[in-house]
Amino acid sequence: MSNARPPALGRSVARGFSPFGGERAAALVPHARLAGPMPWVIAIMVALTVIAAAGGLSLSNLAREARAELAGGATVQIVVAVPQERERQAQAAQQVLQGHPAVASLRRVSDAELDRLLEPWLGVGGELDTVPVPALIDLRLRGPADRATLTALQQALLETAPGARIDAQSGWLAPVFSAIAALQWLALALVVLLAATAAAAVWLAARSALGTNRETIEIVHLLGGTDSQIARIFQRAVGFDATLGGTIGLVLGLAGVLVLGRQFAALGAGLMTGAGLDRIDWVVLALVPLAAVAIAMLTARLTVLSALRKML
Amino acid sequence: MTAGPEEVVRFDNVGLRYGADREVLSNVSFTLYPGSFYFLTGASGAGKTSLLRLLYLDQRPSRGAIRMFGTDVITLPRKRLPAFRRKLGVVFQDFRLVPHLSAFDNVALPLRVSGVREADLATPVNDMLDWVGLSHRKDARPATLSGGEQQRVAIARAVIGRPDMLVADEPTGNVDPEMALKLLRLFEALNRLGTTVVVATHDVHLLRKVPDSLIMRLDKGQLADPTGALRYPPRPVRREPGTR
Repeated sequence: MSNARPPALGRSVARGFSPFGGERAAALVPHARLAGPMPWVIAIMVALTVIAAAGGLSLSNLAREARAELAGGATVQIVVAVPQERERQAQAAQQVLQGHPAVASLRRVSDAELDRLLEPWLGVGGELDTVPVPALIDLRLRGPADRATLTALQQALLETAPGARIDAQSGWLAPVFSAIAALQWLALALVVLLAATAAAAVWLAARSALGTNRETIEIVHLLGGTDSQIARIFQRAVGFDATLGGTIGLVLGLAGVLVLGRQFAALGAGLMTGAGLDRIDWVVLALVPLAAVAIAMLTARLTVLSALRKML
Repeated sequence: MTAGPEEVVRFDNVGLRYGADREVLSNVSFTLYPGSFYFLTGASGAGKTSLLRLLYLDQRPSRGAIRMFGTDVITLPRKRLPAFRRKLGVVFQDFRLVPHLSAFDNVALPLRVSGVREADLATPVNDMLDWVGLSHRKDARPATLSGGEQQRVAIARAVIGRPDMLVADEPTGNVDPEMALKLLRLFEALNRLGTTVVVATHDVHLLRKVPDSLIMRLDKGQLADPTGALRYPPRPVRREPGTR
């Protein structure tokens, strides 16, 4: 060791309160990165959140499409046991309805179509001849299928087709809409719960990292490091882990959504055609990992600041 | 209580107790002026480390008043304390080096915390490592350094920012007498630049090595000051930095 006069330091070096950040600051806290649990916990949370959010969004789309589809729809049933009389009333009803101002268009449901619809219950073989099945007319109305319009149509049919009964299509599907709404709430609750679980996991990880690096934190604290500087070190580390985990989680989640989407699309059910995701929905799903990173960094910051406030 | 702007530290009737135990420091009063050199002595358990913790702002006293650089640091909001800590250099008894950082990064730490740019940092840190004879070990982690080398890294870290006050807790406790003397000369050199130095030691031989030094003797938490020279020391003659 030199016995010479020490180098005149400090005063000649520009010092201040500029942020202590970047790689050098991050190096104060050693990181396990992918070898540690944090990125994987966040990846799983993000993947599950993406799938839950995609489910909620597609249910919302499905409900919206179905409502729009059914809002102006009504069905006329000609409930008459004698086939000839049923056919007569059906044709008379078509004539009356075609001239009615509330009706935009109509379509008589063919016997072949009815056969197909009833096939799961009555079997193959044209049981329409032996079982009295009502004749069906599918109506598109100019306005919504509200009670006043339906009553007016019923009145118009009363004389020429007394066996006619008219119902709004949305009324049949009310329990389905109710179930869809419940599923939407469930998806939202899942997203909130997963966000809370992710925050709790980050809190535990930050507490653990604080415990592991307590000695280093105390040293930086005693060297004049501010709470914000120290919190920023942890925030950056957690932010990096969350970004890594979020990216992995997004890829896994989107893969899951695509696979599920194909499975449901293959069902070919009429109701499911409206359950796709549009461009904004995909953007929302892409924002999930960003939200996870923000939650993780905020949680880490608050956890570290709270622990530091216990020191002088 | 008034404190002259030249006073680095002023303690008035300071007491410290941990929890409900008896006081480890009682009625401690003294004044430190810039550029003075103090040895803090006393038997083990006399309260040396507790007094140093108060000096380097790791602990608030249970009672009494402490002023540092003209400011009451007891009532000072917590968020303003880092600015005061940056005026201090501390050599901890157990060195307290960051284990996963190299000797270079450990010495650079106070400058980085103070916001010194990376471009301005390499030269002073290398100079300092050279000065303590460790330029060849600058990439070594603390675990691979000997006790004496770790101590020199800790000292380099404490003095790199040219602190207004250096506080050292048993800085020669882990080294041989020859190295202890070298470290003492290092503190003296820093003191000649105007830094107030407080060295806690139980090595009585060390006290004689710095002729101009003052001795603060703690006994069971009380500061021996029969003449009042520690509480009301003569104001030192102002001298130019770097002269003696």
